[in-house]
Amino acid sequence: MLFRLILFIWVSIIIITGISMPIKETPTNWYDLPLIPGLEDKVRIIFFHVPMAWVATLAFLTSLFYGIKYLTNKNLDNDIKSVSSAGLGLMFALLATVTGSLWAKFNWGSFWNWDPRETSIFVLLLIYGAYFALRSALEGEEKRATLSAVYAIIAGVTSPFFIFIIPRIVEGLHPNEAIVSQGKISMNTGMLVIFLASLVGFTAIYFWMLNLKVRSERLELKYQSKGK
Amino acid sequence: MNISSALSTSFTIFLKDMRSELRTRYALNALIMFVITTLSIILFALGNENISPELLSGVLWIIIFFSTMSGLSRSFVSEEEKGTVMTLHLIASPLTIYFGKLFFNLILLGALNIFTVLLYLLFVSSFTIENYTIFFITVLLGTLGLGSASTIIAAIIAKANTKGTLYPVLSFPILLPLFLTVMNATKLSVEGAAFSDAVGEFRVLISYFIVVTTISFLLFEFIWKE
Repeated sequence: MLFRLILFIWVSIIIITGISMPIKETPTNWYDLPLIPGLEDKVRIIFFHVPMAWVATLAFLTSLFYGIKYLTNKNLDNDIKSVSSAGLGLMFALLATVTGSLWAKFNWGSFWNWDPRETSIFVLLLIYGAYFALRSALEGEEKRATLSAVYAIIAGVTSPFFIFIIPRIVEGLHPNEAIVSQGKISMNTGMLVIFLASLVGFTAIYFWMLNLKVRSERLELKYQSKGK
Repeated sequence: MNISSALSTSFTIFLKDMRSELRTRYALNALIMFVITTLSIILFALGNENISPELLSGVLWIIIFFSTMSGLSRSFVSEEEKGTVMTLHLIASPLTIYFGKLFFNLILLGALNIFTVLLYLLFVSSFTIENYTIFFITVLLGTLGLGSASTIIAAIIAKANTKGTLYPVLSFPILLPLFLTVMNATKLSVEGAAFSDAVGEFRVLISYFIVVTTISFLLFEFIWKE
């Protein structure tokens, strides 16, 4: 209960400060955000979009980790963790895609531009869409757990190829240079604090949701096996 | 089990698949008709339009992708449908079965791709290749990668309920790096690029084949024992 209350206050503060702190060309007060050329007010998405993408990555890696663990010890509890994490990862990836796409409309002029990161998140969505399609087509818990873990591993192994391939085909549009250039971050302290706090907050939300999901899935498995 | 006996068992499984395929010609006939149908649809759609060879090199791989998806799952699905899986379990180890099936799929896909490419070169007149070396190496390496990835997905799909529709859905995200690379390399071959320009693409294709085959080799046992 206390954890949830702290999380609620923590994330509320991030949302309020992230949206309302004014952007000034020369930040003087502690609550001023710096003006980044080409981004202006649109820079505020960094407090929400980047943590979403980060949590999606974290969730998929966690899912992969528990998938591998399931294959080594065949404990169904690992499969529950793996699939719960994959589901959350898919949700956060969708959120990151939607927020990013809306932002792209205003910053780059169209909802979808096949920027390298857009392409990679698209592939992630495809992989985990296929993952859940596969799970629903398999009968029997063990079979479902094994085959979906195998599929996630194969997909996980082939996806690093994109790092070499995509930059050859499309040019990057993501404003990394505007924010981090030559090892210097153009965020001021206030902005960096909110950004890092947001990363922490989103990660905490993820672990809280994962815990809930895993517990409810465990109960479901228990009552299913009782019903038989 | 030593390597030579494993290889000979794999080869026996390959021969068995080959014989049963040549007897019924199920996959081969269906695939050939599929390629002809798809190609004629494309030809009708193109009409007398003048399409750039760069675009046509993408279309070629679309035909190859969908014909692979329509036929290559047979090797595992038919075992499952005929109920011969248990017998295979008894007579051979998972790895020999995997390699037997992989050889069979590679040969089938190789034959199919040669047929597709020949038809494509004959009938799509605006598709002119400037650098044949790049083109043939691309088709060869593309066949290897495509065969390897589709074999392992076919093994997964054979255990599922909805085999036909799920196959392209599961294969596409895994094949996407391969397809982006082969399309790029084919584009280089029609643009008449020098061989050294395509070396980077070939490296990706070779490593893709090795990575996918290795991971399939490691994971096949889990799939097969389910």
